[in-house]
Amino acid sequence: MIEFANVRTLGEKELRDALRNRWFIVFTVAFAGLALALSALIQPGGTQLRMVSYSRTAASLINLVLLFVPLIGLTLGATNLTSDRETGALVYLLAQPVNRLEVLLGKYVGLAGALLATLTLGFGVAGLALALQGSIQDAGSYLLTVLLAYLLALAMLSLGFLMSTVTYKSAAALGGALFLWLFLVFIGDLGIMGTALSTQMPIQIVFFISALNPLQMFKIAAILTIQANLEVLGPAGLYATDSFGALLLPMLLIGLILWIVIPLVSGLVVFSRQEKFIPKGSVG
Amino acid sequence: MIIARNLTKRYGSTTVLNNISFTIDAGEAVALWGANGAGKTTTLRCLLGVQGFEGELTVNGINVSKDSKAARAAIGYVPQETAFYDMTVLETLTFYARLKKAIPERVHEVLELVQLSTHQIKRVNMLSGGMKQRLALAVALLADPPVLVLDEPTANLDVKAQRDFIHTVQSLNQTGKTIVFSSHRLDEVIALGSRVLVLADGDLALECKPHELAGKLGLHRWLRIWVAAQHKDDTLKILGEQGYTTMPNGRSVYIKVNVAGKIAPLRSLERASIPVEDFDLIDGELVVQEENHD
Repeated sequence: MIEFANVRTLGEKELRDALRNRWFIVFTVAFAGLALALSALIQPGGTQLRMVSYSRTAASLINLVLLFVPLIGLTLGATNLTSDRETGALVYLLAQPVNRLEVLLGKYVGLAGALLATLTLGFGVAGLALALQGSIQDAGSYLLTVLLAYLLALAMLSLGFLMSTVTYKSAAALGGALFLWLFLVFIGDLGIMGTALSTQMPIQIVFFISALNPLQMFKIAAILTIQANLEVLGPAGLYATDSFGALLLPMLLIGLILWIVIPLVSGLVVFSRQEKFIPKGSVG
Repeated sequence: MIIARNLTKRYGSTTVLNNISFTIDAGEAVALWGANGAGKTTTLRCLLGVQGFEGELTVNGINVSKDSKAARAAIGYVPQETAFYDMTVLETLTFYARLKKAIPERVHEVLELVQLSTHQIKRVNMLSGGMKQRLALAVALLADPPVLVLDEPTANLDVKAQRDFIHTVQSLNQTGKTIVFSSHRLDEVIALGSRVLVLADGDLALECKPHELAGKLGLHRWLRIWVAAQHKDDTLKILGEQGYTTMPNGRSVYIKVNVAGKIAPLRSLERASIPVEDFDLIDGELVVQEENHD
């Protein structure tokens, strides 16, 4: 039985802690600054019509999101429970009248709030800067890109939380998070490309394997919100647009939601059965 | 108030608690005594329902296996090492008060009780060890629970902080709270406990009154005395003739005594007209450190 008052109490505490966290502040400022700089750089300086395209800014922000959001989501999630384990704060918290579901959900909600606030700030300042430059067009696709970035952030946080439930030391959790980030951002893609080239893999399989990566899901969905086809992604993109048509975007949205739900639920299952709280292994 | 029947806890092939049973009545102060690894902390964690176990455990009429959260609501817990988040004293108490559904006014009441009112805006990491332990006690008392579970609560405190803490817990026990605490300090058990459960390798090896513990377990203490340099050889000779194990260390001499016979060596030295300048009592095994002073 979940008491949502407890989830809220824990969530508010996590949100407050995250907003006080030095690295989180650095990330927020860096993301907002880069988003603002990108929005300024990619707009033509002296358009006669003063028409400003949100889509162009959204397109440039996709790469920023792909790099930054998984890094902060994974590391925030992965180190949260482990640092509490190391200090003994976790066992102390669990000795209070709360259950584990409330603890994990509360922590998740709080960190998710902090992460989404950062994204809102970054996308917000970039969008505001564009609005101030003149009339606007395709703001809808910009907002959809923001929504997709939210989903990606939550998916990365879920993966980080799952990692946090199965590791006992912050250093190991951080290392794991960084490796997963590298894998999702770089190694995964390179591996698929290499395998596809060497094994002459059919294009549909290349697409499906690639689309299992939540970052690719976000990228494909974000591109789809800006333009109607995926020519920019090459043959695999063309295959996807031809095969799935209008169903592709909803499929990718569902995929991202599954990447949020499955790791989080798995983390809850692992955490609810866990006996070991402290890495020192004191059982006396 | 607390009933444990055939309480067993295994970690893989290791049995940490082996089929132990005990009952603790309301208002009792019961000590769990045992060496490191004997099962004290595990027993307390089972009471709190933070780890699974075999057997039956009820706290304040609540089956811990079935509703551990309700059992925890009936318990205030003070850990051996406090582990608070980076907040002020007031924020910490407010946070835990919300989780425990304590009324907001209770925060200031417990601050008064543990004498931390003047420190409420300090960050917790700025507090001394004794103050942190008092804060943990304040958190434990927020919802005014009938049971207090203390895991070696004074292990990391200095002598004065230990005495103050024990005094506060004694007062709480006198108001009717049931106290369960783990300890391997004889003086603490004697001062606070009304009964002792001795755990050894996961078994409930003995149950006795605190003053019987030393005799039943053959515990000893070290009496440390300070004598003038010119009397040191005579001191060692006299005590040696009377069968005492002694260990000189700088200007002091350690004398192994049984718990009931602490005064005897001092009387022997008095009869021999050797003035004892000061003395101290040390529990259990002795690790002599070289003196650099005096």
